[in-house]
Amino acid sequence: MKRLIKSLTALSASLVLSAGLSVNAFAKTEVSFYFPIAVGGPITKIIDQYAADFNKENPDFNVTPVYAGTYQETIVKVLTAHKAGKPPAAGILLSTDTFTLVDEDAIVPVDNFVKTDADRAWLKSFFPAFMLNGQISDKTWGVPFQRSTVVLFWNKEAFKSVGLDPDKPPQNWQETVDMGRRLTKVDGNGNVSRWGIQVPSSGFPYWLFQGFSTQNDAILANQQGNQVKFDDPNVIGALQYWVDLSRAYNIQPPGVVEWGTTPRDFMEGKVAMIWTTTGNLTNIRSNAKFDFGVAMLPEGKRRGSPTGGGNFFIFKKTSAAEQEGAFKFAKWLTQPERAAQWSIDTGYVAVSPAAYDTPALKKYAADFPAAIVARDQLLFAVAEFSTHDNQRVTKALNDALQAALTGAKSPETAMKDAQAEATRLLRSYR
Amino acid sequence: MVKSLKQVNVYLLLLPALVLLLVFTHYPAVATLIDSFMSTPKGGRSAVFIGAENYLVMIDDPVFWRSLINNLWFAAVTIPISVALSLVMALWVNNKLAGTWFLRTSFFLPTILPMIAVANIWIFFYTPGYGLINQLLQTFGFSSRNWLGDPSLALGAVIVVAIWKQSGFFMIFYLAALQSLSPSYREAADIEGASSWYFFRRIQWPLLMPTTIFVLINAVIDAFRMVDHIFVMTHGGPDNASSVLLYYLYEIGFKFWDQGYASALTVVLMGALAVIGLVQFFALDRKAHY
Repeated sequence: MKRLIKSLTALSASLVLSAGLSVNAFAKTEVSFYFPIAVGGPITKIIDQYAADFNKENPDFNVTPVYAGTYQETIVKVLTAHKAGKPPAAGILLSTDTFTLVDEDAIVPVDNFVKTDADRAWLKSFFPAFMLNGQISDKTWGVPFQRSTVVLFWNKEAFKSVGLDPDKPPQNWQETVDMGRRLTKVDGNGNVSRWGIQVPSSGFPYWLFQGFSTQNDAILANQQGNQVKFDDPNVIGALQYWVDLSRAYNIQPPGVVEWGTTPRDFMEGKVAMIWTTTGNLTNIRSNAKFDFGVAMLPEGKRRGSPTGGGNFFIFKKTSAAEQEGAFKFAKWLTQPERAAQWSIDTGYVAVSPAAYDTPALKKYAADFPAAIVARDQLLFAVAEFSTHDNQRVTKALNDALQAALTGAKSPETAMKDAQAEATRLLRSYR
Repeated sequence: MVKSLKQVNVYLLLLPALVLLLVFTHYPAVATLIDSFMSTPKGGRSAVFIGAENYLVMIDDPVFWRSLINNLWFAAVTIPISVALSLVMALWVNNKLAGTWFLRTSFFLPTILPMIAVANIWIFFYTPGYGLINQLLQTFGFSSRNWLGDPSLALGAVIVVAIWKQSGFFMIFYLAALQSLSPSYREAADIEGASSWYFFRRIQWPLLMPTTIFVLINAVIDAFRMVDHIFVMTHGGPDNASSVLLYYLYEIGFKFWDQGYASALTVVLMGALAVIGLVQFFALDRKAHY
């Protein structure tokens, strides 16, 4: 009898305990979080660890990270889920998709959750250049998370081999041409064994082109995202320069240059200078067999480079509690120490100046000064090209750039055609 | 009574398949047709009936025409070459040579590999300068070409990958058919002193006709369906030089989120495929000996 009572007590105790646990689990708010992977490295592992740490510190929430593929696959999943009425609570999507997400009524402004002074300070803590794409009509729709920019990589050994100072990358457009001419190596049969420079133009040439156009002192789209300036003489001039690198100066491979193989071309020594994302920093650092440098893009009328990468968004058709959890997670993710570590692990630019003051990133930068170049260039950075009906307008621009680079159209005709097409697409947003 | 009960029975047995077919094939097709006459719902605005406007837009859309023409070229080149190649390969590995199993495996290998992986490998084959193909060219004294970055070469480059990918698949069908042919034909032909070519033309080829029809129908469908490698290799570029209908359809639907126009494109693609399929089926079917 006694034993029976004892076991009954134990049973009831365990029942109460498990009931208590399940009540506890029930009170937790599920926060689903979709993220894409666009660079190399064990990203999934890092993100899973973030979620686990966050959940431990915030017992009210349970963040579930979901790897959703590329950026494009992620937005397809998120918008399809949104249209079906069941979007995730949070997600990382391209900052340029902000207009699309607002037009689809899929996201809520981050300002909605900013209540305390600490929140306001947090929202102000980011690099201003990274906030541009997320701000529409005085509201902030997304906060920077994995952000990048375009930089120049140069092969120091190649520079040395042609008698150039290996520590001096080209500072302006003219120097790019002069150095590129010396660096381009042609063998007896007329085959080029090493090109001077390579600016990739497959897939999304508009992003790299924004480097040229900004340096030529032109802004491609207005902040309202309903007007573009493709036929501006400075824009046409910028494209002319890009085309001339191949056609007039013969220092860049002709035709469209593949984005994906460009880092490889560089590591194989087939090209002495490349423009690519800072996201390739870690990759090139671990695989290049020669000494290389990273520099700001050369100066035209001014310095300039576009920003790129993904913002953190909070989705509309979710409960207030889920949104609150998403907001908390966004704040947690972008704390200086975490942003610094994320930058070291991935090569992305850390999102706030405070992150660069952390001991971890300071030590890393002392070891590897290239990591700082992207931050310094942010002073000259502009918003990534983005408008209403973004991907369609961007396609008009991409097609025009490729038509000019392959010689199908003159830069002037190409940009005028793109302007006409973009104006037609944007007329309903004016 | 018993007969009607049997009828009920038959339909009950068919029911699961019918339901799946209705839900996943017929309903979406009809819904797409309806959507193609509607505007695209955006944010707060819901879809409204706009008649044939999506189709009128299509007629004026140069990228649509470019993709259609590209697709016709894609089909016109991939279908005959991959079918012919698969037949030649099948005839070759049908013989009892040493190392046949190795040949069979290597011909079939491209089929097993995922297209995305294949495309990522081919990007490096095509790379200017150090890519495999350009290295070969340069060894023989030709100059290196930018295969994927030149509008006049890009479509050809993706066509080659498609042929490489699917010939081995078709080979398996031909091989299976060849293996099932009775050896007595061959013996009879040998006794009569028929040449190999004569034997192929008069005996094997006609007997393979059902397989050829099957392979042809699949090849036509594939010509409009194989786009995975285009996503990886060219994104339809440069300047739409390698864009095909299904790729363009994806862009309209899932990049531009223009549901109405994407539906109209889908209807056109479905209609074209249905017509080609039916014509093929009825025209070629009469030539087949089962």
